[in-house]
Amino acid sequence: MSETMMPLWEVFIRNRSGLPHKHAGSVHAPDAAMALQAARDVYTRRGESVSVWVVPSSAITASDPADKDELFEPTGTKVYRHPTFYEVPEEVGHM
Amino acid sequence: MSSTTAALQSRRAPARKAKAGGRTSRPAAGKADAASSPLFSYVVSLADDALVLGHRLSEWTGYAPTLEEDIALPNLALDLIGQARFFYAYAGEIEGKGRDEDALAYLRDEHGFSNVLLAEQPNGDFAATMLRQLLYAAFMHPYFQALTASKDARLAEIAAKAVKEMAYHVRHSAEWVIRLGDGTEESRRRAAAALDELWMYTGELFEMGEGERALVGAGVAVDRESIRPAWDATINRVLAEATLERPAPCGMQSGGRAGRHTEYLGRMLAEMQVLHRAHPGVTW
Repeated sequence: MSETMMPLWEVFIRNRSGLPHKHAGSVHAPDAAMALQAARDVYTRRGESVSVWVVPSSAITASDPADKDELFEPTGTKVYRHPTFYEVPEEVGHM
Repeated sequence: MSSTTAALQSRRAPARKAKAGGRTSRPAAGKADAASSPLFSYVVSLADDALVLGHRLSEWTGYAPTLEEDIALPNLALDLIGQARFFYAYAGEIEGKGRDEDALAYLRDEHGFSNVLLAEQPNGDFAATMLRQLLYAAFMHPYFQALTASKDARLAEIAAKAVKEMAYHVRHSAEWVIRLGDGTEESRRRAAAALDELWMYTGELFEMGEGERALVGAGVAVDRESIRPAWDATINRVLAEATLERPAPCGMQSGGRAGRHTEYLGRMLAEMQVLHRAHPGVTW
């Protein structure tokens, strides 16, 4: 099956209310409706999900792995950005 | 009846004799069911439809055209096999002779099965499988919807679970039929051929025997004829979108409910039942 007839879609599932959708994997499908069904069939078989998103893989702009030093390396020395200097009250729940 | 099934017959004979309350001779197999209560026969026919079609779909496992569909088809199969299990378990209780779901699924012969002929038709190509699924699910979805109002609480309960499953079966098969019909020249040719091939098996979905009619009167079963408007609406909508022509009315095949099957069921059962018959009561 050619890539043009069955393009790739990225699948995001939300496993319970209050948590964001997370990338689960990808499927091949001819269009959005079929991609949604394929995602449901492939990634939600064990009751993992309350919501599914599919996005054409071609619509995603990704960072270049070659740029990772300049993009991500500088944050390594900035520990003060981690919220580890105070306690999170329990009532806050997920952060 | 294939020779394989005949060979199975003799092999499992001793196991069957050992079962208390089990039927003793083969020719009685079909008649024994027919002579049982109408409710038992009715529930078994619901189970047989689901099991036979479920097994057919399971035959795709590992062979589907794409990985996605290789998971989707067994999903559909498991929905149907799950429904069959509930119906068989209930039928076994109605009968009260100690037959459980396995006994009903694996230890009855071709002529004891009362599924519609549509369910046992071979998978053919992917288009044939999707058309078969659409023709069946477009009936069973509204049927189970109506059955949720059954005066029989167990049937209403099973139907309530099954109705959601069948809604997805309609959706999945309809989307494929639309894309196959309105797709490439080849997919269209295959979809049209499958529709023509299967159409003559759709009349049986609406057939009812005397026993089932009595159950309809008692508010237990659903009048199959009352499902026709919903079935027509779904089929017409999907075929129109698929740019496929609805076949002209033709002579409809039947006999499945009475245990008269096409040549395909015996072979299917031989494969489906061989493990259980070779190793009675086996689990894994």
